[in-house]
Amino acid sequence: MGDLNVNLCGIELDNPIIPASGTFGYGYEFAELYDINCLGTFSFKGTTLEPRAGNPLPRIAEGNAGMLNAVGLQNPGVDAVISEELPKLAKAFHKPVIANVSGFSVAEYAEVCGRLDAEPQVGWLEVNISCPNVHGGGMSFGTDPKAAAEVTRAVKRVTTKPVIVKLSPNVTDIVSIAKACEDAGADAVSLINTVMSMRIDLKTRRPVLANTTGGLSGPAIFPLALRMVWQVYETVKIPILGLGGVSSAEDVIEMMLAGATAVQVGAANLVDPNACRDIIEALPKAMERYGIEKLSDITGGAHEWEKT
Amino acid sequence: MTMKQGIFTVTENWPLTEKVSRLVLRGDVSAIERPGQFVQLRLDGLYLRRPFSVCDRAEDSFTVVFETVGKGTAKLRDIQPGAKLDVLTGLGNGFDLNACGNAPLLIGGGTGVSPLYWLAKELLKQGKRPAALLGFNTAKDVFYEDEFRTLGIETIVTTADGSCGVKGFVTDAMNREYTGFYTCGPEAMMKAVCACTDKPGQLSFDKRMGCGFGACMGCTVKTKNGLKRICKDGPVLSSEEVLWET
Repeated sequence: MGDLNVNLCGIELDNPIIPASGTFGYGYEFAELYDINCLGTFSFKGTTLEPRAGNPLPRIAEGNAGMLNAVGLQNPGVDAVISEELPKLAKAFHKPVIANVSGFSVAEYAEVCGRLDAEPQVGWLEVNISCPNVHGGGMSFGTDPKAAAEVTRAVKRVTTKPVIVKLSPNVTDIVSIAKACEDAGADAVSLINTVMSMRIDLKTRRPVLANTTGGLSGPAIFPLALRMVWQVYETVKIPILGLGGVSSAEDVIEMMLAGATAVQVGAANLVDPNACRDIIEALPKAMERYGIEKLSDITGGAHEWEKT
Repeated sequence: MTMKQGIFTVTENWPLTEKVSRLVLRGDVSAIERPGQFVQLRLDGLYLRRPFSVCDRAEDSFTVVFETVGKGTAKLRDIQPGAKLDVLTGLGNGFDLNACGNAPLLIGGGTGVSPLYWLAKELLKQGKRPAALLGFNTAKDVFYEDEFRTLGIETIVTTADGSCGVKGFVTDAMNREYTGFYTCGPEAMMKAVCACTDKPGQLSFDKRMGCGFGACMGCTVKTKNGLKRICKDGPVLSSEEVLWET
């Protein structure tokens, strides 16, 4: 059997499969179905300083080969995450976990990251800078290289754990944002977050989502995500966590060939709660089929032909 | 409660009315524990699963009654016996059989009648004396009246146009003795039901869902007891905790 291990910012993972934030809760719902310790790790639900009720319903719509969500960062706030959710998570999952953090100001990102940094099970901090409605001239942190760098620096000051910055695809040049994060000290970048989208109900002639727009995820965005991982890999040196529509072992291999060190799986968990387990089980055979002995060897492998 | 994923075989898919069909699926039903729980069906060509409440459960099969309202239900209507479906079972909390006294009223509107059928059977098993109040728009929409009567319980049908049973809405037939109520149907109906009684009630809600098992936070509503995910903390809420949106 091939070697599935990868190293993510100094921490060894049994395999590169990581459920993406917002699609896996705090893990325990999925632990009803399978032993989630088979995962490389997972990124838990985005955490903010204060509790957030999220957006009005409907928050979910469907697209061809994908789904839209406008949940709006519903979460119980960092204090409740630490006191209530993490102890439950620890019962179901025994490996280091990725803490996903959102904020509405640089200070809030730093505050929440500082508190989660103190939690022993948190192995990495994933900073979500693709949330709209945050300060910075009306632009989200994830669409302005300067703001992205500012958040990255602020978070790096409060933690010694690896910082992963999660990037938005809703930009003209994702490479410049990734580069700004790397220059500001980010240990890794994850991309892509969801793609801003909408649907209209033909009967009511109104947007389906109460929030009008939402983020598209699922297989529909896989080629777009792959292209962005490819481009970012050509410029930055830090590891990339590739995500966006990954649904199979073959998708994982393709994402790694584009430049990903590890791969997150999002929407697939919501339609097929066993998706990550099934992908992990399917990986050895898929590796054999494509002549891969050590999975970590193939990161960026598709760029090789350019150099020859 | 624990969900399960399994492959089920369609053994029956038959129209009950012009728009409403009954689907019977055979497979491992062990995760379906209580009336009021639901399942998520995966349909070819549609990304998201579709939630349906369980209308009845037998040893190795369960029944869903659904109305064709969109793309997903149109596909489901056309599925032939023998077809295999990927189903998540054991979802949601289900009704509390002891919450509404010994003589509860089961108030259904349209396809909301569906989960009340298995509920009636389970209440009878516990020695309770439920009565059914089933609301429809017109006579040709009526389904399951005979099935409820066959259980030996009092069954009242209302139609908005008076073409069958009592003319009017379910609330026009609630002037009677009962110890509490279980209801499922359009929210406007359930709200009207709650407005004309102080008795304890259990309400089953239907919201647009993502996953159906508590992971995506797509169906969260505000209640007097805080935020609740309709798919995981519901779909059944008690009348005391419901906060009406409109």
